[in-house]
Amino acid sequence: MPVTPESESTAATLPAEPSAWERVQLARNTARPYMLDYIDKAFTNFVELHGDRHIGDDRSMPGGFAQIGDFKCVVIGHQKGRDTKENLLRNFGSAHPEGYRKALRLMRMGERFNRPIVALIDTPGAFPGIGSEQRNIAEAIAFNLREMMLIKVPIIAVVIGEGGSGGALGIGVANSVMMMENAYYSVISPEGCAAILWKHRKHAPEAAEAMRLTAKDLRNLGIVDHVIPEPEGGAHTDVIASASNLKDAVLSDLKKFSKMSTDELLDQRYGKFRSTGEFLESQV
Amino acid sequence: MAATTIAAPGDDDPDENDPSALPKEAAEIFRRMNPAVFDDPLITDEDGFFRRRDLTGFGEKKKDMPEGLWHKCPSCSGVIHEFDLTENLRVCNRCGYHYTMSSEQRIELIADEGSFAPMDEHLKTVDALNFKSYVDKVEKYQKRTGLHEAVVTGRATIARHPVTLSVMDFRFLGASMGSVVGEKITRAIEVATAERRGAIIFSASGGARMHEGILSLMQMAKTSGALARHGEAGLPYISVLTHPTTGGVTASFATLGDVIIAEPRCMIGFAGPRVVKETTHQDLPEGFQTAEFMLQHGLVDRIVERKDMRCELVDLLHYMMPDPAPAVEEHDTAAAKA
Repeated sequence: MPVTPESESTAATLPAEPSAWERVQLARNTARPYMLDYIDKAFTNFVELHGDRHIGDDRSMPGGFAQIGDFKCVVIGHQKGRDTKENLLRNFGSAHPEGYRKALRLMRMGERFNRPIVALIDTPGAFPGIGSEQRNIAEAIAFNLREMMLIKVPIIAVVIGEGGSGGALGIGVANSVMMMENAYYSVISPEGCAAILWKHRKHAPEAAEAMRLTAKDLRNLGIVDHVIPEPEGGAHTDVIASASNLKDAVLSDLKKFSKMSTDELLDQRYGKFRSTGEFLESQV
Repeated sequence: MAATTIAAPGDDDPDENDPSALPKEAAEIFRRMNPAVFDDPLITDEDGFFRRRDLTGFGEKKKDMPEGLWHKCPSCSGVIHEFDLTENLRVCNRCGYHYTMSSEQRIELIADEGSFAPMDEHLKTVDALNFKSYVDKVEKYQKRTGLHEAVVTGRATIARHPVTLSVMDFRFLGASMGSVVGEKITRAIEVATAERRGAIIFSASGGARMHEGILSLMQMAKTSGALARHGEAGLPYISVLTHPTTGGVTASFATLGDVIIAEPRCMIGFAGPRVVKETTHQDLPEGFQTAEFMLQHGLVDRIVERKDMRCELVDLLHYMMPDPAPAVEEHDTAAAKA
């Protein structure tokens, strides 16, 4: 995509709006609705399906069939925990390779039974452990990036909390990418970016600002299609309203994309990601 | 786990969430999962940490030898003259350590002589996010390396098999993937698909380029998507991993090869070893994240020494390229008639 010079400072925030760093804190707030909360409030008849059929069942990446409005679909996403016990089970929302492989298995099932796919993204990142590397986490993510580009049913992705890098993108190749208003989506955590470029993690607030990781910034960069509004104070202040907003946005896109032919769907998804990136193309 | 609340001013350092207030087990988990550990799975650090790992092999970085003519092998400490090193394809003649190689040398080694025609050299990096000193950094590396970006792409033939060749050059900002790198590789794959060529990518990268934020992350989906279509067209993609291949490049095109080849002892991983160690608080297994480790765990097909690389690619293309080779058919028909 040829660069437009005005892309800077389009995100001028109103004084009352939270800063990028405050939004990062909101996105990480443990009172915030998680994937299964949205499944509970915005979807009905969830049938969870387990396992990647090879090595295990990654509880940080639940998935299954569910209904939203009139649409029968496949839902996958990252699930965090609120206390120690839950977090041991959910690995803080950081999936292992088997999580990504389970997600792909379920997406392919959606394709086979002609059910659209909804992916709810909320992860600090894919899990960087020894077993994770041995079982090839990089390939698990890469494989999803490639295969999701070929899935013949509509895919809707919503970043509901943290959109942590490759771990988020690994279920995020979609026809429509939406974000909750206070979610963030980024190539690296603000702390990580600050540690490298500012030489100390305490500069994370500046890094958060510089990286343009808020929903609004990403909408302006053309990466995110819709920003789903949250109640004042954040999604956790009114979970029912947040879920209702998410449901409306997802349904509206499902209606739109279910009218498309398979070829149109695939071309739209390819084109969406194909056009990302900014550079100058000078004539030689 | 200590609840993450909206930060009050001055309360912004996650280190200050006190794990010692938690039960022992929980504190351990908390420490493991502290956001800091996710610092750099997909990120290059052009200022440092890969260089601290034994990457002294490339170019002018090595200062303790006069005029850059002598190199001390990072592996066996043997001293080797620049001339011998070049003659030996930048491989230590004592221990077989593979020094980082420039994209130019690599292409010379792989492509049929004179067949390489570069593409998309006019794509120029822009500072889309208006990010801290990014433009200066790019210009500095352009000056230092003579390259315009971290990947060189082009059409070529290998034993007359038509391919597009993409070669990442680690000297340029740790060969991190930003918009230009992603676009050039995507175009090289798309040209290969359209012209029924094989796609070959030599990877070496610190990962995504953080100065381009989310745009660099999206290059992972873009390149992988192009490979999806290339594969659907029944055309081969060979991925060659060289030292080091990490982060967002590993988590996209580098691990998607129909065949994946690695150079001996190169480092391949998603997260850097430091991150893995800090996350797990475990000692890393012997040879963790080396090519040999990857082979043992079934994650790459073959380990191939540099001197054999071209022959290896020729062998593979022989099997993988679509069949009709007109010259051979004519010959066969003529022979049948005779």
